[in-house]
Amino acid sequence: MQLPLSRFSFSTTSKVYKLARLDHPVTGPSGLNQRARRLAVLSVRYGTCIGLALWLVAMACSSDYFLTTINLLNVARQTAPIIIIGVGSTFVMATAGIDLSVGAIVALVSCLTSAWLTDGLTASLVVIAVIAVGACLGALNGFLVWLGIPAFIVTLGGLVSIRGIAFVYSNGYATPITNPAILWLGRGAVLGVDAPILIALLVVVAGVFTLSRSQLGLHALAVGGREEAARVMGLPIGRIKILVYGISGALAALGGLVLAARLSNGSPNAGMGLELDVISAVVLGGTSLFGGSATIIGTIIGALFIGFIRNGLNLLDVNPYWVQVVTGIVLVAAVLLNTIVNRRVEQWARVSATDE
Amino acid sequence: MGAGFRDRRMSAPLIRMHDISKAFGAVRALSHVGLSIGEGEVLGLVGDNAAGKSTLMKILAGAHQPDSGTIEVGGQAVVFHGPHDARGAGIEMIYQDYALVPALTVTQNIFLGREVLGAWPLLRVLQRRQMDERAKALFAALGLRVPSVSSPVRELSGGQQQAVAIARATGFDAKLVIMDEPTANLGAPAIAKVRDTITRLKLQGVAVILISHRLEDVFAVGDRFIVMKHGHVVAAREVGDTHADEIVQMIVTGADPRRSAAPADPKP
Ligand SMILES: Nc1ncnc2c1ncn2[C@@H]1O[C@H](COP(=O)(O)OP(=O)(O)O)[C@@H](O)[C@H]1O
Ligand SMILES: [Mg+2]
Repeated sequence: MQLPLSRFSFSTTSKVYKLARLDHPVTGPSGLNQRARRLAVLSVRYGTCIGLALWLVAMACSSDYFLTTINLLNVARQTAPIIIIGVGSTFVMATAGIDLSVGAIVALVSCLTSAWLTDGLTASLVVIAVIAVGACLGALNGFLVWLGIPAFIVTLGGLVSIRGIAFVYSNGYATPITNPAILWLGRGAVLGVDAPILIALLVVVAGVFTLSRSQLGLHALAVGGREEAARVMGLPIGRIKILVYGISGALAALGGLVLAARLSNGSPNAGMGLELDVISAVVLGGTSLFGGSATIIGTIIGALFIGFIRNGLNLLDVNPYWVQVVTGIVLVAAVLLNTIVNRRVEQWARVSATDE
Repeated sequence: MGAGFRDRRMSAPLIRMHDISKAFGAVRALSHVGLSIGEGEVLGLVGDNAAGKSTLMKILAGAHQPDSGTIEVGGQAVVFHGPHDARGAGIEMIYQDYALVPALTVTQNIFLGREVLGAWPLLRVLQRRQMDERAKALFAALGLRVPSVSSPVRELSGGQQQAVAIARATGFDAKLVIMDEPTANLGAPAIAKVRDTITRLKLQGVAVILISHRLEDVFAVGDRFIVMKHGHVVAAREVGDTHADEIVQMIVTGADPRRSAAPADPKP
């Protein structure tokens, strides 16, 4: 069986297309064969889900504590900032971009929050102000990307310089946060559901709506799918990029608030390396690195996968350095699955469907 | 020369481009080019590679801005700051590469940039079902066939992708439809579809500018040739007043044989 490498196959005829449709009813003597093909395609497409499920089963068997409500809520709470920020990054990646500056924005917001509370600002004012700071920094990223500088470089610059600002502003010291309203964001609960989980849920609902039901979400996908086509169809590319990176910055600030509240201090070291967790979650979830297709539910699953791997290995008393190694390997394996393997298996399924 | 026995409504042409120039860095893609076209007229724009045909049409479609020159629609001077303005003025273009987003569905591509939105002021929801229905109706009305309006364009064949591009350009009350090499790399049935589309548009009073290397297409459905070379207009000819050899000769030499002494740059 020959597996062509080209990304798009334009030779597909309508007959081929129909036969390869996954929801096409399967009948006749070739049914078994086709069912096997469909299984292969689905198992690759939902590889991360299957991986997460297998991991949950394996962990449930090897640790009595793993499946307890306390532990599950603990993982959900720890994962909440990754999900909040990951929603923003999903939009950025939909435009074929990347945002490496989110961890640094978390640090800056963390420092600003404790400093501004100390200065006597009210909690609600602080929340509005830091989210505005995050949105502005993100919008600046988006503007620079629109000018034509690669997103990787723009936001790498942001990663370095914004964290630098956080260090300059705080003199390198962590300062405590005592304001109860702010602390609630990280430690409070409504009807037994922790505030970070609740906030993450709200962000997810808004994100799913925006991505699949709003013009902005569609246009972000169009820009990432083929920017030149989006341009000649008259889409405002600059505005779309500024908005999308602005949303990413604002959500990074919100995630930063939640993190600072959970740790009850503002520190320039907050969110160190968080951008990598966020990007891993988005990619594990199946959002295309090359833009044009994105899923927020996938991002949640990716974030939970990372959270559960960490938590499980912790419970098994695995050396934390190994945890890093495993997380990295899982990420590369997932990208391999979502790109090359997925493409080849789907093409194989399509081609062999026509051979009959 | 070849004075019009045909009513071309020269008094108020639908579209008039006058004295258009455009350079890309050191490359002068267009120098003082002009053309005009009336309602229901089919203009064949022909010329060698790099003659400036696509650039001239992208200016008309708002995708490029001219360095100098004017555009008039219905006698009114207009300035297109982007493709959005041109589409607003009723000018649609089918690009050489179709300008479709492969990851988006057929419907999403057709409505890209002019989506149907809900009425709520803050939550302007995409009306997906309504757009799907309208896309289906559009394909039915055009007699074009596409497997499913909710499948990604990536999964369509070349001919089907072209059908999507045609539906998008002709489904929104255009006054002028520009087609850039629509019959390149297509099989005979798809070429016939393109000719049918042009004839139908003409009957509806829609003007068509057809860029094509296949002169037989212009002879079959066109009214007038405009020949370009090196960023200049060489000549214009009524279809009934010329033949393929003369057009080919002008494409190659860049000179109009009927004014042997004149320069190859007739000022409009
Ligand atoms: N975006 C661009 N940037 C730089 N040069 C361009 C661009 N578009 C066209 N050109 C140049 O302008 C000239 C005319 O090109 P074009 O309009 O595409 O010709 P045609 O469509 O007649 O083949 C060519 O020399 C081409 O290289
Ligand atoms: Mg061209």
